Amino acid sequence: MKKRSIIPILYIAFLMLPIYWLVAMSFKTTNEILSGFSLFPQTFTLENYTTIFTDPTWYWGYINSITYVTLNTVLSVCVALPAAYAFSRYRFLGDKQLFFWLLTNRMAPAAVFALPFFQLYSSIGLFDTYLAVALAHTLFNVPLAVWILEGFMRGIPKELDETAYVDGYSFPRFFVTIFLPNIKAGVGVAAFFCFMFSWVEMLLAKTLTAVEAKPIAAVMTRTASSAGYELGLLAAAGTLTIIPGAIVIWFVRNYIARGFAMGRV
Amino acid sequence: MRTENQRAWFFVLPVLALVAFNALVPMMTVVNYSVQETFGNNQFFWEGLGWFEQILRSDRFQAALGRQFLFTFMILIIEVPLGIIVALSMPRKGFWVPVCLVLMALPMLIPWNVVGSMWNIFTLPKIGLLGYFLNDVLGINYDMTQQPLSAWITVIVMDVWHWTSLVVLLCYAGLVSIPDAYYQAAKIDGASPWSVFRYIQLPKMKTVLTIAILLRFMDSFNIYTEPFVLTGGGPGNSTTLLSIDLVKIALGQFDLGPAAAMSLIYFAITLLVSWLFYTLMTKDDAE
Repeated sequence: MKKRSIIPILYIAFLMLPIYWLVAMSFKTTNEILSGFSLFPQTFTLENYTTIFTDPTWYWGYINSITYVTLNTVLSVCVALPAAYAFSRYRFLGDKQLFFWLLTNRMAPAAVFALPFFQLYSSIGLFDTYLAVALAHTLFNVPLAVWILEGFMRGIPKELDETAYVDGYSFPRFFVTIFLPNIKAGVGVAAFFCFMFSWVEMLLAKTLTAVEAKPIAAVMTRTASSAGYELGLLAAAGTLTIIPGAIVIWFVRNYIARGFAMGRV
Repeated sequence: MRTENQRAWFFVLPVLALVAFNALVPMMTVVNYSVQETFGNNQFFWEGLGWFEQILRSDRFQAALGRQFLFTFMILIIEVPLGIIVALSMPRKGFWVPVCLVLMALPMLIPWNVVGSMWNIFTLPKIGLLGYFLNDVLGINYDMTQQPLSAWITVIVMDVWHWTSLVVLLCYAGLVSIPDAYYQAAKIDGASPWSVFRYIQLPKMKTVLTIAILLRFMDSFNIYTEPFVLTGGGPGNSTTLLSIDLVKIALGQFDLGPAAAMSLIYFAITLLVSWLFYTLMTKDDAE
């Protein structure tokens, strides 16, 4: 053990402490939480989790979130693929401006869009649907997917395209059977980051839904503000939202930096 | 080399349509509201640049903007050096590398409202681990729901917890791209650790560090959910950052004109930094 490894260890310990506390709280009874301080759950209970898995308001929150997040991921990656191909292979009128304009949407404050989105999606009758949230999240996820995929596609030599055409491949067939398998990793990384940024976003998701498509985040805030602050339940719900990311992150571990840097590392 | 082909526009058409629908239509709505006054009933009156003047002069906006810049400044000044230090001391190869990467990335994958709730539970006096430790073990009077200073420190520490890993991961990606030969050469020359950092590691990290700083600037400048869930902007208005204030005006009070003017001013600032980001990125691509 080298001396300098103390820094990463301390840093990771700092990261894990609040997460540990959240998980520990989720296994405590409300009585124990309110009666005093305890480092470990004294009376270990699964009651909080049972409530979540049996109460439709709770588990529908998760189903709603996963539905619009999946819809958004599929939508974002599908429209981003041809665009990223165009940016990586061709020069065309206004390409730089367009690429920059896409980026500005990733950088835009969500708070600016909350009110106009509410009005826009209400006026076209999509308010409180999965599609509304999925579409709204493409605002920042499509630019992200385009930038990430473009970064991966630039690494594929152009000779691949040319050889395929010489061999008589049509463009769609070339794209699906030759090009896509070559950028598998890129598609995976783009999908992961679209999934993640849609999963963690709450302001737009909450603004665009009321009952039918209410995300888990909204269920949580409503619980926090009503019903005398059920901390154990809140902690259990929070713990469950960490799990999807924690599972998938292992598969993209070599690309984490690249994804966060929008394919520019 | 990329070839000139105008038909490439057909490839970007779906993206263009989708993002135009999502970005242009709302933006036009905002511009529309920002120059009009309404008294309900869908009646609008021309207001000119009045809202912009009112917003820019209002104490409330200036205070929120001031808090926002202070917050972002604190975030950058803490997260960037800390991120570099952690990245420098991470192992370069072996079993622990992916474990470190995954554990460090974990906070970034947690929904933002859960981050707020988690830190609330963590810092509550009597109940939270940190709140209990500070108040009952160390005897420091700490309560972020009552004291503005405690609230500020909590919001900043929460963001350091949430996003420092971004700087770490990006810097680390830059560091592993340095060939071993560089370090060997430095060793032969008898270079001090500082000059290794200054002349080998820092130049290699330049690009990634630029990206990290700009991303951290943008995201901390646009932050909403985490501090909103944690403090609700309080106590008083002490942690009401720009986004929190904007949402209060737009969705809370439904003051369309001022909210729209404020949105555009806010957006202009972000646009300026995006442009900087893009210029720096594409300058590197061109080299």
